[in-house]
Amino acid sequence: MPASVDAVLDALGDRTRRTILERLSAGPIAVGVLADQLPVSRPAVSQHLRVLKDAELVVESVAGTRRLYRIDKPGFRVVREYFDRFWETTLDNFAILAEAEAHDDTRKRGTRSRRTKKG
Amino acid sequence: MDTESGSAVEVFRSVSVPLPRARAFELFTTRMTEFWPKEHSIGASELAEVVIEPRSGGRWFERGVDGSECQWGRVAAWDPPRKVVLLWQIGADWQFDPEFETEVEVTFSNEGPDRSRLHLRHCNLQRYGDHTDQMRAIFDDPAGWTGTLAGFVDLASAQATPGH
Repeated sequence: MPASVDAVLDALGDRTRRTILERLSAGPIAVGVLADQLPVSRPAVSQHLRVLKDAELVVESVAGTRRLYRIDKPGFRVVREYFDRFWETTLDNFAILAEAEAHDDTRKRGTRSRRTKKG
Repeated sequence: MDTESGSAVEVFRSVSVPLPRARAFELFTTRMTEFWPKEHSIGASELAEVVIEPRSGGRWFERGVDGSECQWGRVAAWDPPRKVVLLWQIGADWQFDPEFETEVEVTFSNEGPDRSRLHLRHCNLQRYGDHTDQMRAIFDDPAGWTGTLAGFVDLASAQATPGH
């Protein structure tokens, strides 16, 4: 099940978790290394990572005895689909407006030509 | 296109309209308010108007019903009636970021005396980089930016303040 918007927003609403994401954006890091780099205890780091994991922002993998955390990276599918859908809607709206404009133009031309005939 | 190759990520759309291309260009650039999905707004107040300043280097912004302006990006190229390139500079945090640029290239070609085709390419979406994942739930939300963004901004500012 995809993470809820609330879970993502809650996850991102914390400064330490945002810092963790920044560190992870450079590559996978073990929880111990993260704890060394941050002014919080290791259990606190683990707790933050759990929140990030529940929000599907990070994934963990096991390398030997270490747990590595990395940014969950499903590729750019979502971003592309989002913008594709967005521009589809927007350009559909644009086409409807253009049709209406063209229709107005035709009507105006029709009015003008009728006037011309009369005159 | 391979999404995992690390190469440019872009979307492409085109639409044919029953207007000469100069009219189509004008309609697209001067009356965006009339076809822009209203809920796609990042301003503090409800979207009243979308403005593209008609020159290279001009601003692309929304004006709210309360008159406040919220910038979206800039005009990178202004070449009527053939082409306009808009820089979409809304970052992963849904704020205008002058350092962040994705390009929306819009070209108009003739398809007949009274018909033209608009081609739109939104390029360099890979620049969302790892932040893509942070926006995932928002992107997957059918309501788009509605509420979610306002909520995100409120939440982010509320939670960021005590740390300062």
